[in-house]
Amino acid sequence: MKWGVLIFPGTWSHQDFAHVFQDVLEVEWGYLWHKETSVAGYDCLILPGGFAHGDYLRCGAIARFSPIMDAVVRFAREGGPVMGSCNGFQILCEAGLLPGALLRNDSLQYRCRWVHIRTERCDTPFTRTVPPGQVLKIPISHGEGRYYASPETLAGLRSNGQIVFRYGTPDGQITDEANPNGSLENIAGICNEGRNVLGLMPHPERASETLLGSEDGRLLFEGLLAGALPR
Amino acid sequence: MFEAEIHVTLKKSVLDPQGDTVKGALATLGFQGVTDCRIGKFMVLRLAEQDPARAKTQVDEMCRKLLANPVIEDYVFRITEVVE
Repeated sequence: MKWGVLIFPGTWSHQDFAHVFQDVLEVEWGYLWHKETSVAGYDCLILPGGFAHGDYLRCGAIARFSPIMDAVVRFAREGGPVMGSCNGFQILCEAGLLPGALLRNDSLQYRCRWVHIRTERCDTPFTRTVPPGQVLKIPISHGEGRYYASPETLAGLRSNGQIVFRYGTPDGQITDEANPNGSLENIAGICNEGRNVLGLMPHPERASETLLGSEDGRLLFEGLLAGALPR
Repeated sequence: MFEAEIHVTLKKSVLDPQGDTVKGALATLGFQGVTDCRIGKFMVLRLAEQDPARAKTQVDEMCRKLLANPVIEDYVFRITEVVE
């Protein structure tokens, strides 16, 4: 199973993902520059955090038109697993692979700190080994992470079980105080209807070793590895 | 040649904390009568286009595809002919 880590001009979390794949999980991986037009040979695609194309106009708005995105959209539509973290989540929303959008934090301030997220759904390829309701300790680092969707879209997310993570307290209570950015319904991560595309604001790659304060983020990679069938 | 002036604002249903903060600052300054403040973007484009109808269609398409995100934003624009 080979992981592809996308790099746009301004991406900054790609080396953290590479470190996790290379040194922690010891799996096959490779970088994919945004000008490439094929993702052939890769089994899972990662859109890391950062400020792709300077976040000009809107976060993810320009990255969506990078040459590689056509291949990413095709890969996702064919059921390939795609994970976007932070800026990657914003890009997936702009590209239409995930519903809704991410807006300026309600505090108007950049938030870089640990959060606790409650796992709401274990029926995605990423969360399949996470016990239901498990609280994960993973850091966030963003200025624009306030999840928004229209009431109709939100109702669809709820009824289809697409809300994968919610911000909460360390013991899993979903409260306003535990919401770091004003996201609707404390949403920290969602998946598409096909469940193979996951977007989340927290950074699992920064919480994959005890040395860094938490190993909880690693569960998302291990979930996918556990389900990887030999081809 | 045409010039397009485009305003992009957050939809009414979307919370605008920046606008609310500015409204609060205006109230502090004594401008108590400001009942709402929304902050958006203003863009000016020049188009090498002779036909106003075509210019309008193009700008509308640009707004829908890139300049505004229909999930969270509304847009309005005005086209004026530019005489060199």
